[in-house]
Amino acid sequence: MLSFALRRMIALLVTLAVATVLVFTVLEVLPGDPAQVMLGTEARPDTLAALRDKLGLNQPAPERYLHWVAGLVTGDLGVSYTYATPVAELVRDRLAVSLPLAVFALALTTLIAIPLGAWAAARRNSAVDVGVMAATQIGIAAPNFWLAMLLALLFAITLRWLPAGGFPGWSAGPWPALRALILPAVALALPQASILARVMRSSLLDTLGDDYVRTARAKGLSAGQALRRHALRNAMIPVLTIMGLQFSFLLAGTIIIENVFYLPGLGRLVFQAINQRDLIVVKSVVMLLVASVIVVNFLVDVAYAAVDPRLRRRG
Amino acid sequence: MALLDIQGLSLSINGALILQDVSLAIEPGETLGLVGESGSGKSMTALSVMRLLPRGAQTNGSIRFDGQDLAALPEPDMCRIRGRRVGMIFQEPMTALNPLKTVGDQVAEGFVLHLRLTRAEAARRAQAVLERVGLPATEISLGRYPHELSGGQRQRVVIAMAVALAPPLLIADEPTTALDVTTQAQILKLLRELIRENGSSLLLITHDLSVVNAMADRVAIMRAGEIVEQGRGGGLSGAITHPYAKALLNASSLPPRVTSAAAPTSRPILEVKNLVRAYALPRRSLFRAAPRRLAVDNVSFTVAKGESLGLVGESGCGKSTTARAILALEAVQGGSIAFAGQDTSKLRGAEMAAFRRRVQMVFQDPYGSFDPRHKAGRIVGEPLRLLGRECDPQSARRRVDEALTEVGLDPADADKYPHEFSGGQRQRLAIARALITRPDLIVLDEPVSALDVSVRAQVLKLLTELQKRLGLTYLFISHDLAVVRAITDRVLVMRAGKVVEAGPTPKVLGAPEHPYTRELVAASLHLDAILSERTAASLPDAAGC
Amino acid sequence: MSVSFGASRTADGWQFRALRHPSFLAGAVLTALVMTIAAVSLHWTPWDPTAIDIPAKFQPPSTAHWFGTDQFGRDVLAMIMRGAVTSIAVSIFAVGLGAGVGVPLGLLAAQQRGFADQAIMRASDFVFAFPALLIAIMLREVFGPGATNAVVAIGIFNIPVFARVAYGAALPLWTRDFVLAARVAGKGLVRITVEHILPNMVSLVIVQATIQLSLGILAEAALSYVGLGVQPPAPSWGRMLNEAQTLMGLAPRLALIPGFAIIVTVLGLNLLGDGLRDIFDPRLARER
Repeated sequence: MLSFALRRMIALLVTLAVATVLVFTVLEVLPGDPAQVMLGTEARPDTLAALRDKLGLNQPAPERYLHWVAGLVTGDLGVSYTYATPVAELVRDRLAVSLPLAVFALALTTLIAIPLGAWAAARRNSAVDVGVMAATQIGIAAPNFWLAMLLALLFAITLRWLPAGGFPGWSAGPWPALRALILPAVALALPQASILARVMRSSLLDTLGDDYVRTARAKGLSAGQALRRHALRNAMIPVLTIMGLQFSFLLAGTIIIENVFYLPGLGRLVFQAINQRDLIVVKSVVMLLVASVIVVNFLVDVAYAAVDPRLRRRG
Repeated sequence: MALLDIQGLSLSINGALILQDVSLAIEPGETLGLVGESGSGKSMTALSVMRLLPRGAQTNGSIRFDGQDLAALPEPDMCRIRGRRVGMIFQEPMTALNPLKTVGDQVAEGFVLHLRLTRAEAARRAQAVLERVGLPATEISLGRYPHELSGGQRQRVVIAMAVALAPPLLIADEPTTALDVTTQAQILKLLRELIRENGSSLLLITHDLSVVNAMADRVAIMRAGEIVEQGRGGGLSGAITHPYAKALLNASSLPPRVTSAAAPTSRPILEVKNLVRAYALPRRSLFRAAPRRLAVDNVSFTVAKGESLGLVGESGCGKSTTARAILALEAVQGGSIAFAGQDTSKLRGAEMAAFRRRVQMVFQDPYGSFDPRHKAGRIVGEPLRLLGRECDPQSARRRVDEALTEVGLDPADADKYPHEFSGGQRQRLAIARALITRPDLIVLDEPVSALDVSVRAQVLKLLTELQKRLGLTYLFISHDLAVVRAITDRVLVMRAGKVVEAGPTPKVLGAPEHPYTRELVAASLHLDAILSERTAASLPDAAGC
Repeated sequence: MSVSFGASRTADGWQFRALRHPSFLAGAVLTALVMTIAAVSLHWTPWDPTAIDIPAKFQPPSTAHWFGTDQFGRDVLAMIMRGAVTSIAVSIFAVGLGAGVGVPLGLLAAQQRGFADQAIMRASDFVFAFPALLIAIMLREVFGPGATNAVVAIGIFNIPVFARVAYGAALPLWTRDFVLAARVAGKGLVRITVEHILPNMVSLVIVQATIQLSLGILAEAALSYVGLGVQPPAPSWGRMLNEAQTLMGLAPRLALIPGFAIIVTVLGLNLLGDGLRDIFDPRLARER
C-alpha cells in the first residue's frame, strides 16, 4: 500500500520535472538564439559564434535540456556570463540574504495574524473586532513595497533607528545583519498578516458554529476552553491553505522588497541578470524560485495530514 | 420537588419569538417526551436549559434545576453544571464529534474538567464508559478518530460523553433520528438502561411519536413555540386530548394499503435481471487494479403495469443506486434492465427521449431537486422538452397548469420560486413535474422522508389517488416500513446490495421469513402495535451496531 | 437546528440588501470614483501627464498643480489620473483572461470527472507554482518589456484561481438532485452546465473577479515598479513610486500620493467584493 506521503512525493517530482521543461522552453527555446539575446543585435558574428560555442548552443535543445537538469540535480548551474563566477556560488551567497528574509517575514506574518484573527473572532462585533477588521482592510490594500518606502522614511531617514538599505553580511555578526532585515521583513509581513488574520477570524467563526463546539460546551467547557481545545485546531485547516498560497506572494514580495532596500538577495540578482541579459543566471534562479513554491505547497499538503487525521488514511 | 422546573419560559432570537410561555417539569427518575414537528421550538427549549442558545437570543421566565435558578447563574457556575449535572445528546452524530480529536480524548475530557483527574486516570474511566455504551476496547480503541466509526458507534460515543459523569438529568435531542432503524432500536434500549442504572431523568426530544411512545413516562406536545398539551402520566396515550395532538397521532399511524384482490397479471413493464452496480474504490497500489465495492449485487425483479412496488432497506443498502440504474442515469457493470421490452442501455437519441417521457422520478428532498433560480412553472415544465415539437409554448403552459391542479396546487403558483413554497407543497410540485409527460412508471426515492408527519400523510394520499386515476406504476423506495405498508402492493427487502426477501407487502411485513426482515420489522416501532400494548421490553435485544 | 435560515433566502431581494450594506456601498462609491477619474482622464487632464517642464520641477501643491509637480516638472494629478487608466485596464484584461480561460476549464473539469477532471486540475495546480512576477520575468526575456506582458503574466496567474473557484463551486452543484432531475428531463451534460450549473455559481465568480481585480491593481503596481509593466512615458502608479523612491527624503509627497491612489482603488474593490459576497449569500451575512 502506498502511503500518503509517498504518493505526494511522486506527484512532487513529476511537477518539478514539468516545471524544468517549461522554464527551459520559455527561456532557451522560445527566444530563438540565446546568444543573440545576451549580446544584443549589434554583436559581431565571431563573438556570437564564440558564445554559442561556450554555452554549448550548437548542441540540439533536448541534449542541452538534459545537461541543464543534470546540472540542477548535482548543483552545477554553469558559469554566469556577466559575473564570470559559477552560478551555484552566486545563488548560495544571495540565498544567505533571501532565505532569512523570507523566513523572518513568514514568522512575523504568523505571529501577528493568528493571535490577532483569533482575538477578533473571540470578541466578535466588539470594538476590538471592528478595529482589527478595519486595520487589516487597509493592510491588504497597501502595496508592500510602498509600505517599505514609508517605513524607510520613518525609521531610517527621519528617526535613524534602522538602516535604510544595504546588507552588512553575516560575517559582521548576526545583529547588524538582522537589523538590516527588520524593515524589509515588516513591510513584507504586514499585508500578508492582514490577509491571514482575516482568514483566521472567519475560519474560527465558522468552526465556533460547528456542532462539536456545542458538544464541548455541553460537556462543561467554558466558551474560551471550547475555543482553545476544539475550535482552534479545526480552524487552522483553511489557514494552512492560505499560508501555502501566500508563499508565492511572499516570494514575489521578497524579490521586489530587496530592490527597495538594496539587499543583495536573489531578487537583486535576477533583476541585475535581466538587465545584463545573463540568461544562464535568470534560468537557474527562476527555476529555483518555482521549485521552492512547488516544494512549499508539497509541505503544506503534508502538514494537512499532520493536522487532520481524516487525510492520513486516505488510500 | 421537581428536578427540572421550567416556568413561563419565553425566548426570542434577534427579535423573532421562538418560545412562548413554556412550562415543563421533570421529576427525578422520570422520562419526559417532548414532541413536536420541526420548527416547533423543542430543541430551543433544550438549549435554553443548557444556556447554549445561539447569539442574539433573549430569554424570560425561570428554569429551576435542583432548586437553583439556571437563568440567574453566573457563567462559570453554569459550566460546572453542564456535563456534570446535566448531560446532553445531540441529533447528528456525524458532526457532534470533533474530527481532529480521538474518541478517547473527547470522552475523557469531562473527567479531567470536572473531577480534575490525571490524563491516565481519565483515560481509564473513559474506557469504562465506552465499554458501558457498547464500545469495548477490543472493538474501538481510545485512539480512534470519529471518521473511522459508523454512525451508530459515533452516537454511542456521544452518549458516553453525556453520561460519563452520571448526571441526574439527561437531555436527548432527536438522539436516533439520523440513524438506521435497527440501530435506532439498539440506541433507545441503551439509553433506557443507562437512565435506569443512574437513576437519571431524561428529557427526550423527538418528532417521532413511536419513539416517544416507547420511551416516555409522560409526554408534552409542542406546536409553534407553545406547549399545547402536557400529560400527567401514562406515556403518549396520557397526552392526546388536544385536537392537534390527535391530528398528529392520526397522521402518524398510516393505514395499510388496500391491495386490490386482483393481483397484477399484466405484462411486466420493467424487468431487471442480475443487475450489478460496482464502484471503484481508491487505489491501494499503483500496480494492482482498484478494488471495487458492489453497491448492487445481482438483483433481479420485475414491475407489473399498474402496481406499486416497494424497495426497502437501510441507508447504503443499494436501493437508490438501483433506482438510478433503472432511470439510465448511471452505467451498470452487469445484468440488464428492460423497459417495455427494450434494453435501456441501448437507447439513444429519440428512443432515449421516449424512454424518459415514460419513466419519471420524484426525489427525497424536493427543495434540492429544484434549481433555486428557476420558477415553479419552468421547473414543472422542464421534462416537456422531451416531447419535442409536439409541445408548443401554449400547450406547455396549459400542461403545466393542469399538472399543478392535479397535485392540488394553484396554476398561479407557477410564477413562484421554490423557496416560497412549504415543504409539502414542494413535494407536490415535484410530483407535478414527474406527471407532466404522462409517464407510465414513476420512481419515487424516499419521497416523504423529509416531510413532517402531518404532511407525509397528505402526500401519500395524493400519490394513492393519482395512481388510481392515472393508472401509474410506482417503484417506491423507502426505509420506513410504515410508509411502505401504506403505499405498496409488493415489496423487495434489500441488504448490502442484495435482495433478501420479496413478496406481497402484507405478507413480507406481516410474517417475515428472512432473519434480516424480521429484525427490521421488529426494530421499526410500529405505532399501532405499541399503542395497543405499551411495553418497553418489547424492543429487540440486538447488541452492537 | 429548528431555525431555518434557508427559508428566508430570497432571489429577488438582493437589490434591497445591497442598498443597506455599508461595505458594499462604500466599495461601490470608491470604485465608481476611481473608474470615473480614469474615464475622465482619457479626454481631459489638468496638464499633459507626459509634458516635461524642468523649470517647474518639485513644485509643492498649489491651485495650478493640486498635487504639485515631480522631478521633471510633470503634473502629479494628471499622472495619477492617467495612471488609473493603466492600472484598471491591465487589471481588467488580466481578470478577463483569467476568468475567460479559467471558468470554462473549471466547469469542464467538474462536468467530466475522471481523467479530464484530474488532468485539468493538476495543470491548474502547476500554473499556481508560477507567481505573476516570475511569469513576467520570463515573458520579458521572450518579448521584451511592456504592458501586454503585465496583462498576460497576471492573467496566467488568474487562470488557476478562476478554474479552482469554478470547479469548487460546480462540483457540489453536480451532486444536487436538481441535476439528476434535469437528466431525467433528458438534458445532456453541456446543457446542464449552461442552464443549471453556471447560473448557480456565477455570483461566486463575480465576487472572485472583484477580488482578483484588486490583486491585479497591486500586481500591476509591483510590476511597473520593477520596470516590467507599462513603459515610459505612459504614466503608471508603480513607476511613479519607483521614481519617487530616491527622492523620499526630498519630496515624500511623490511617494505618498500614488500609494494612496493604490490603497483607495484596492480598498474600494475589496469592500465591493466583501459586500457582494454577503449580498449574494444572505446566510453568510446574518451569521457574521
